[in-house]
This record gives sequence, structure tokens and C-alpha cells, in this order.
Amino acid sequence: MNSIDFSHKAVEMVDVVKKFGDFTANDRINLTVHKGEVHALLGENGAGKTTLMNVLYGLYQPTEGAVRINGKPLSVKDPNVAIKNGIGMVHQHFMLVEPFTVTQNIILGNETTKMLGMIDIKKAESEIAALSERYGLAVDPKAVIQDLSVGAQQRVEILKTLYRGAQILILDEPTAVLTPQEIQELVGIIHNLTREGKSIIIITHKLKEIKQVADFCTIIRRGKHIDTVEVDQVTEEDLASKMVGREVSFKVEKDPQPQGDRILEIRDLVVEDSRGIPAVNGLNLDLYKGEILGIAGVDGNGQTELIEALTGLRPAKSGQALVREKEITNLTPGKIIQQHGISHIPEDRQKRGLIFEFDIAENLILENYATEAFSKGFTLDFKRIYRNADQLIEKFDIRPQNSKLAAKALSGGNQQKMIIAREVANDPDILIAAQPTRGLDVGAIEYVHKALVDQRNQGKAVLLISFELDEVINVSDRIAVIYEGKIVGIIDAHDADEKEIGLMMAGGTA
Amino acid sequence: MTLNREYLKEVFLKGPLGLTVISVVLGFVVGAVVLLIAGFNPIEAYMAILRGIFSKPKYMSYVIIYATPLIMTGLSVAFALRTGLFNIGAEGQFIVGAMVAAMAGYFIHLPMLLHVPVCILLAASAASVWGGLAGYIKARFGVHEVISTIMLNWIALYLSNWSVTLKSFGKQGTGKSYVIQETARVDLFGQWKITEAGIDFIRSHRFWGDILKSPVNVGIIFAIILAFVMWYILNKTTLGYELRAVGYNPHAAEYGGINVNRSIITSMVISGAFAGTAGALQVMGVSHRIAKLAAMEGYGFDGIAVSLIGNNTGIGSVFAGVLFGALKYGGSKIQDAVGAPTEVINIVVGTIILFIAMPKLIRMILQARNKKG
Amino acid sequence: METLIKDIGFIIGTTLMYSTPLIFTSLGGVITERSGVVNIGLEGMMYFGAFAGAAAAYFYQDPWIGLAFAGVGGMILGLIHAIACVSFSAEQIVSGIAINFLGPGAALFISRMLFDGATQTLTIPNKMPLPLDFLFGEGNLFPSSGFMDLVFNRFATVYIAFFLVFLVWFVLYRTKVGMRVRAVGENPEAAMTLGISVTRIRYGAVMMSGLFAGLGGAAMSIAVVSRFSNTLISGHGFIALAAMIFGKWKPQGALLACLLFGGAKGLEIFLGSKGVPIPGDILAMLPYILTIVILVGLVGQTTPPGAIGKIFDKSEHS
Repeated sequence: MNSIDFSHKAVEMVDVVKKFGDFTANDRINLTVHKGEVHALLGENGAGKTTLMNVLYGLYQPTEGAVRINGKPLSVKDPNVAIKNGIGMVHQHFMLVEPFTVTQNIILGNETTKMLGMIDIKKAESEIAALSERYGLAVDPKAVIQDLSVGAQQRVEILKTLYRGAQILILDEPTAVLTPQEIQELVGIIHNLTREGKSIIIITHKLKEIKQVADFCTIIRRGKHIDTVEVDQVTEEDLASKMVGREVSFKVEKDPQPQGDRILEIRDLVVEDSRGIPAVNGLNLDLYKGEILGIAGVDGNGQTELIEALTGLRPAKSGQALVREKEITNLTPGKIIQQHGISHIPEDRQKRGLIFEFDIAENLILENYATEAFSKGFTLDFKRIYRNADQLIEKFDIRPQNSKLAAKALSGGNQQKMIIAREVANDPDILIAAQPTRGLDVGAIEYVHKALVDQRNQGKAVLLISFELDEVINVSDRIAVIYEGKIVGIIDAHDADEKEIGLMMAGGTA
Repeated sequence: MTLNREYLKEVFLKGPLGLTVISVVLGFVVGAVVLLIAGFNPIEAYMAILRGIFSKPKYMSYVIIYATPLIMTGLSVAFALRTGLFNIGAEGQFIVGAMVAAMAGYFIHLPMLLHVPVCILLAASAASVWGGLAGYIKARFGVHEVISTIMLNWIALYLSNWSVTLKSFGKQGTGKSYVIQETARVDLFGQWKITEAGIDFIRSHRFWGDILKSPVNVGIIFAIILAFVMWYILNKTTLGYELRAVGYNPHAAEYGGINVNRSIITSMVISGAFAGTAGALQVMGVSHRIAKLAAMEGYGFDGIAVSLIGNNTGIGSVFAGVLFGALKYGGSKIQDAVGAPTEVINIVVGTIILFIAMPKLIRMILQARNKKG
Repeated sequence: METLIKDIGFIIGTTLMYSTPLIFTSLGGVITERSGVVNIGLEGMMYFGAFAGAAAAYFYQDPWIGLAFAGVGGMILGLIHAIACVSFSAEQIVSGIAINFLGPGAALFISRMLFDGATQTLTIPNKMPLPLDFLFGEGNLFPSSGFMDLVFNRFATVYIAFFLVFLVWFVLYRTKVGMRVRAVGENPEAAMTLGISVTRIRYGAVMMSGLFAGLGGAAMSIAVVSRFSNTLISGHGFIALAAMIFGKWKPQGALLACLLFGGAKGLEIFLGSKGVPIPGDILAMLPYILTIVILVGLVGQTTPPGAIGKIFDKSEHS
């Protein structure tokens, strides 16, 4: 346990209610964090954790309830008030200005100036260098953000709060984008901070990390305060059932299945990212029928570019991808879908996967609108389009059951169901599922995993790409680890050892 | 009964139509305030506009004639907007269409039944190229269409101005082209009007005769047909599905196998054709020639307004075009009637667009009203 | 030889004169777009500024008062654009289109009221002064109509424009305010979480763009010519907008692009005065063709501000 000063309540949130119109995001939530304490805020996606922290940080105004900082009531009417009172927040999506340097990002809003309002960049740089040394947050003050690794960007974010003298740090899902090793570094940083008397609130849905780093944990479910527990006194299972509201099994049910023929062969594939740097760099991989091959890796190691090259969304620089011995590199997405039987659940479903303004039926024909099934000559056959929609809505349990509803009116889980319905209805030989459970609640995650296993059981090949190592280990038959655009190891899922995979994900050899 | 009423309320007050109507009303209110501040009686001024529109059959006919090109440039802008493209270039496409129609109408000799479609087709094709060019450099080189079409507008203007300096095409020293042949005109009864029977008819029939005093032409029919064509393409065809998908979300369209670049070009080609047809019909039905332009005439820019007021739909553009045509024509009367500057119309139109740009504000106004009521 | 030098001087001189209105307006574009707000209404603001400047310069018989009126006039339109885009989440291009109806509408409306129903002002009695003549007396510093005179003895607005290029660059890249403006234009959420008011910055930037566009209009109506007429601006605001993009959203880049447009105009006038048998219309087309060609050549090299044109609604962000 960290050195907690129980006599000093750094943060008290009392009966906080936050409503957005008719929707209650926070319903009478209480939270107390002491000086030197690490307090985890646990809940599913959409449970209201981030909303609560945004209230504390002054981005939202509470509908009811009170906030006390260091024992004094405080009306946090905007982030300025929060910052002045020693509250700092590191958001899940980093709040960095990409073309700016580290120093410019850190001093923004808090600039030291010389005459004529000129910024004193030299002075700021030396201050930041000193700060980063003190807390062990290695970063070059002159580097431009867009050239930094995700881990380094996170350190900049933490420095931003420390530069403003934060005593209370809110970290929103800080480990989502880190390797297991980087997570260990972060744990070390957090201990450094608490030793200096800072209080940390960490928003997460990862139970293991809570056990590892937090002293107390407050669990929120559907906007309601469920419990606050001392982490040492509970098991991961206890936390999980409090979070979800019922018993959860972490295991994905699946029977052994013999490996079929090879269907996809990737040879020396090189794919450049948008900046022209090879993100996939000589990658080799085989995929067989009747298996789920999981690709484990930290975000930014070429996963996105690999998927985009396989689906025709990004040109391959060199190398080959062959489906049933036929080359598919640099074909158009349409050809790959229609002629080579690859379907794709995209990682960013709102950007790639659906068209908000189209209704469910229109979204369900996105790849097939011009086929005979849904058109006659140049015109669309609406009768069949809506019949198709009604069938899929029924079969895949998309709610609400209204084919004329715009996709934007659906919940995240139902949007994903709609995409899965469309992709599975294509009856593909290969299903590429990229981050298929991101942002979904536990029920929807189980549904997605079952859908992937179903495909595999039908003898199809599934390529699963996920940044959640647990998911990869639980769902896959084989696991390929990707690092800097190459597959650095392939492991049978039975023998998977998380530590070993973690090391490979970070570029170490097993 | 109550259900029906709720339904109407939903469609009318909360839908795009409601926002448009409220914006139009607010536009006139602001216009009235401006007139009031300037010392004019807004009711008198607006009455003068109404009289200028409705008091004679001829006036109404003029409104339609004013509206016709605006509907078509409106359709041009609307079609591109539905594909997510901002076609500021309807202006230039209109100019190119007008120029080519004038040339085809003057140089080519054909019987009327062929000459008219040939002129329109050539004009629309040329304008398609003009629009498609902007689409192409966006698709191929990523140059934003707003910038390229602004440039293409000016190139079109100078090209047109240069064409009337050519000895074979322009009457030297007048800054005007030669008039197109009779066979290329789409006026209604243009020939017959100046015959004795025609003059007699105009004298003896008050209503129809009065209408015939304006340059009546078949343009409006084309405009309505084009509005229908646009609706049909966008909503009923696979091409329309592609274009709308690209307009709403190009990333998802690409993912689904739609060729985004081709869609961008196609959309600009069709959009250009609409504006080019507008230019052609303006020459073939009204002006019969082109003239040197000192500045942009604004058909394309007004088309943007028409499209926005018409919620970027075919039918909406027809109504918005007529509204705009009426304001333009009727508005020109208030100078004489009450001495107020005609340009109050621009202020009204600008205000309408401004409110249309701010659905959030209008919703807030409505909500505040609901709370009170 | 002497005529050649004189001719070059003439071309440079006219280039500077015709570039100036564009430079002002283009700088306005840089400021607003750097803060993330597209302002296609520059045309309308410039139009209104040209009128307001000429009208005030006529009535007060003072070009400086005219310039002030023009700036304030443009700023008012900027305020309208800011209210729509910043406070009410308007689609920025649509709001800009509205400004392009409102600006000319208001200008001509007032013009008809003040100038007996005419859509142009009367000739202003005192044009923008030539500061070198003012300081040193006409022809004292450089011989009249010599090269130096043709190039450097220009209207005060020309000097102001060049100074403003430097000033805008300095503010954007060296000062606190400028850094905040750029941060808001790149990532307004990030700026907001650091307690910077996105609303205030954007209001300021959009109103400044109106001010600059208004000055640009006046640089046309009270320096290049000496009155406002309804076709005076026709499209210059759009060209300034293109110059800003062309100049990669940088003040110094915008300056060069404006000089290019101005240079084409200068060349056109020069060749016209010499009776060169190239049709003026074809010549007039050239800068526009050139712009397209250069933009095509710049493929992938232009990076607009990250949040440009995106509606930023505080309540929707977490």
C-alpha cells in the first residue's frame, strides 16, 4: 500500500448527479480520495466514469451534488478552476497539439512571456527538463509530438499536469495503448508520484491493473455508485461481478477443431503508413481454414496498415498476399470482397464500418448494393433490400427491430451487430475482425466472440486483431505477435504465456 | 386525429422543412427591421413586392423566367452537395454552358427538332467537363473543389469574354455575340408573337396576352424535369446509392468497395451538366446571345442559396428557386414603389441562409417557446 | 535600356498596388483559418469594407477615417460569422455564403440611401497618401517616374500591408496569443482542457479576419481607385482566399501568392498599355490557371490546420 494520509481528504465528491437531457449519466455518486492514495474508478464502457471525472475537472457542471477539494467546497466551473486547485487530467485520447513541440504543448495556456507577449521558450524548456528528471518521465522537450511514441506522449500528458502543479491526477484508461512493459513503467511513475504526496484517480476496466496499482476502488454501474472497496480485500472475480452485475466467465467456450487448408498466405509484405514510413515491414503469415488466428501487439506496430492492405484500402509497397494462391495485393476493396471472399469488421466502426445517415437496411447492403440480389440494372430493388434487412435484424438480434432507423440511432453494441450481420451474411472465407469488441459492454463482447467462434466452427478462417492481450489469448487458436511491422513469433494459444507474449510485443525475444 | 396532428408537428416543426420555413420567416423579419431603421414602411415595401409578383399575369410569368436558371443552378449545387462536394463552380459551368449554346446556336445549322437538343447537349457536355475537371483534380490531386472551382469560374468568365471578341462570333465593338438562329430558340410562340395574328391575340386576350408579353420559354419544364431526374438518380439508382454513401462517409464507402474518386468525378460531371443546361436555356430562351461580362452574374452563387434554402433536394430547389426568382423580380419593384433599395432582398436572402446554417439556434428558439407555452 | 528599367519599375509598382488589397484580406484568412474557422465570407467582408471605406472617406474627406470605417465594417460582418460558427455551431461554409449575400446587400442598400439611389459612391476627394511624397516632398527622394519612384513611392496601404504580414507572422509564431490561436485551430479539445477559451480565441480570430478583409476592401476603393462601385470587388475576396491556401496558411506564403496574382494584373495592364497583341482576356486568365497548376503540383504538401472547418461544440466533448 502507498503511504496514504487518511487525515487529508484530497477529493470528496458528494452525491454527484449529472444529467444530459433525460439521460442520467451519474446518479448520486460519492467518491473520496486521500492524499497519497491511488483510487481506481471501475466500470464498463458508458457506465459514467469519464463523465464523473469531467465533472471533477470542470468540463461538465454537475446537475446536483458537491465537490470538495482538500476539505473546502469548490465550484469547478471550468478547467481553469480545476487546474488552479491542483487537479490535472490525462485523457484517454491524448489532448496534444500534434504539430507542436513537447514544450509548446506543456506550457500551452500557462505560458511564460518576455516583452511584447513573446514566449520564453528557453526558460520553459529547462523547467520541463528538470521536472521530467525529478519524476523519471524521460522526454525530449524539443521533440515534436507527432514524432513521439504513444508512451512518450503519455509522459508529456503527465508532465503537463505536473507543470501546472497538480496534486490530484486523473488518469483516464492510461494503459489502453501501452505494452505490458510500458505499463510497468507507468506503475513505477505512479509510485513516484504518490511518494511525493500526490493523489491519483485511475479510470479503468482492467481488473489486473487495479489489483496491481490501486489502494481503493469505486465501482460504477449504469451511472450508479455500486461499492467502494479496499483492493487488497477483494478478488478480480469480485470486482468483475460488481462491475457487470452478474457472474462473468472470462473463458470463451470452444471445442478443438482440426486445422484446415491454407487459405491466406502473406509473403514479405511491405506497407507504408500515411507518412510514407514502412509500417508493415516484410511481414510473413499464413492463415488456415477453421482457425482463429489472433494478432497480438501494441497499437501502432503495423496492424492497421496490414488490415488495410489485405482489404484493398491501402496499397502494398512490395510483397504479396495470396488467397487460395491468387494474388490480392493492390486490388480494389470491391474486388477483394466480391471475388476473393474476404470480409472485414473494421477497427474504427464509425469511420469505416457504417454510414450514420443511412438506415439499417441501406447499411446492410454497403458491399452488395450493385449485385443482382439488391438491384435490377441501374436501379435498386427496395423490396429485397428491406426483406434482407428484416431477416438479418431477426437473426442477429439487432435492436431496435426497425430496418428504417438511421444507424446513428443505434447503440454501439447494436451498430457492431449490424456490421457483423453484414459481414457474416457475405458468407466470407476469411473474416478479418479488427478490434471487434472495442467500446462494447460485456454482453456485447460475449456476443462478438461467439460470432467469431461460429465462423471458425463452420470451417472459415478468422483473423483477429486486438490490442487487448486477454482477448487474443482467450479467443484465438494460434497467436501471432506483431512488432514493428513484422511477425516476431507464433504461439499455440494453449501454451500461451502472457509474460512471454508481452515481452515479444515489446520487441524482446522469447 | 391527435396522432395525425402530432405527426404533422413532427414533420413540420422538427424536420428540415420546419427549420427552412422558420428561417425564411426570420429572414423577412430582419429585412423588415432593416427597412424600418432606414425609414421605410416594411409593410408597404413587402406589399410592393407582392404586387410586383402577383398583380399582372406578365409579372408571374417573369418570376418563372427569373426562377428557371436559379432552379437549375440550385440543382447543380444540391446534387454535388449530396455527394459531399461544394460546387462553388456552378457559376463558371453556367457561363461555359451559355457560351457553348450560343456558339452552337449560331454556327450550326439544323432543323429545330435537332438543333435544340444538340445545343443543350453540347452546352451540358462542355459544362460537365468544366465541373468534372474540378472533380478530377480533387480526386487525383486532392485540391479542394472550392478553390479549384473559384479559379475555374474566372477562367470561364474570361474565356467567354474572349469568345465575343472573335470576329466570327462577336459583333465587333459591341461586346456581344451574334444572336442564335431561330431553330435554336426555346421561346414559346416567339415567331408567332410578332405575326399579325400574334399581335392580335395579345391585344384581345388579357390574361394570356399579358403573359406572352414576357419572353415565355420552355425552360421551366426542363428545370422541373431535371429536378425529377436528380431525385430519381439519388434515391432510386445504384449510382445514387454510391454518391450518397460517398457524400455521407467516404471512408465507409471506400471500405464497402465504392470507388470514391470515380464518384467525386461523376458527381461533378452531373452537377456541371445541370448548371450548363441552365446557361444554355438562358441563352436559348431569353437572351439569345452572350455578352461581355464585367463581373460574375451570380447565377451560380444564387444557386448555392437556392440549394441551401431547398434543403439540397430536387423538389426543394424548385420551390426555393421560385421563391428566389420572385424576390429578385418583385424586389426590383420596391425602388420605384417606396424608394427603398432593392438590395434589401440580398439582406433577406443572406439572413435566411444564415439562419439555415444555424439549426441549433432555431431549435433553441422553438424550445424556449415550447417551455413558455 | 532606360525604358526597360522603367517598364520593369512600372510592372513592379502596379503589382504592389494590386496585391495590397489581396494581402490584407488574405492575412485575414490566415488568422481565422489558423483558429480553425473557415471564412468563405471574406468576399462579402471585403465588399462591405470597400464601400464603408469609400463612403466614409468621401463624407469625412479623410482616407484614414475611411480605412477605420472599413475595418470596423468588416469586423461587424466577422462578428456575425463568429456568432453563427462559434456560438451556434453553424456549418462554416454556409455561414460564409450568407455573409457573401449580407455584405454586398448591406453595402448597396446603404449606398443607395446615401448616394441618391446609386450603387456607387462619389469620387473621394483625398486618396490614400503616398508617404514618401508626404515626408520628402514630391520628386525629392527619387526622380519622378523613375524606377525607384515607380517601385517605392506607393500608397500608405502598401507599406501597411507589408508591415502587417510581418506582424501577423510575429504574433502567430512568437507570442502567447498566437500559440493559443494555432493550438485552437489544431486541436480545440486540447486547448479547452488547458483552460483556454476556444470561444474567445475564435471570436477574436474571426473578427480580426473581418477587420483585415474590410481593410483589404478599402485598400481597393480608396487607394487603387478612388471610389466604390458595385463591380469593384467582384471576386477579389475569393482570390485572397485561394492565395491563403496557396500560401499554405502562412502569412509569408499568402504574401507571395498575392504578389503572384497582383503581378499577373500588373503584367496585363502593362501589356495592355503597350498594345501587345495578346488578348487581355487570355492574359487575365493566366493567374487562375497558374494557381490550379501550382496547387496540383503541391499535392500532399499542404497541411491545413487540424481542426479546420470542424464544428466544435463544447457540450459534445468529454
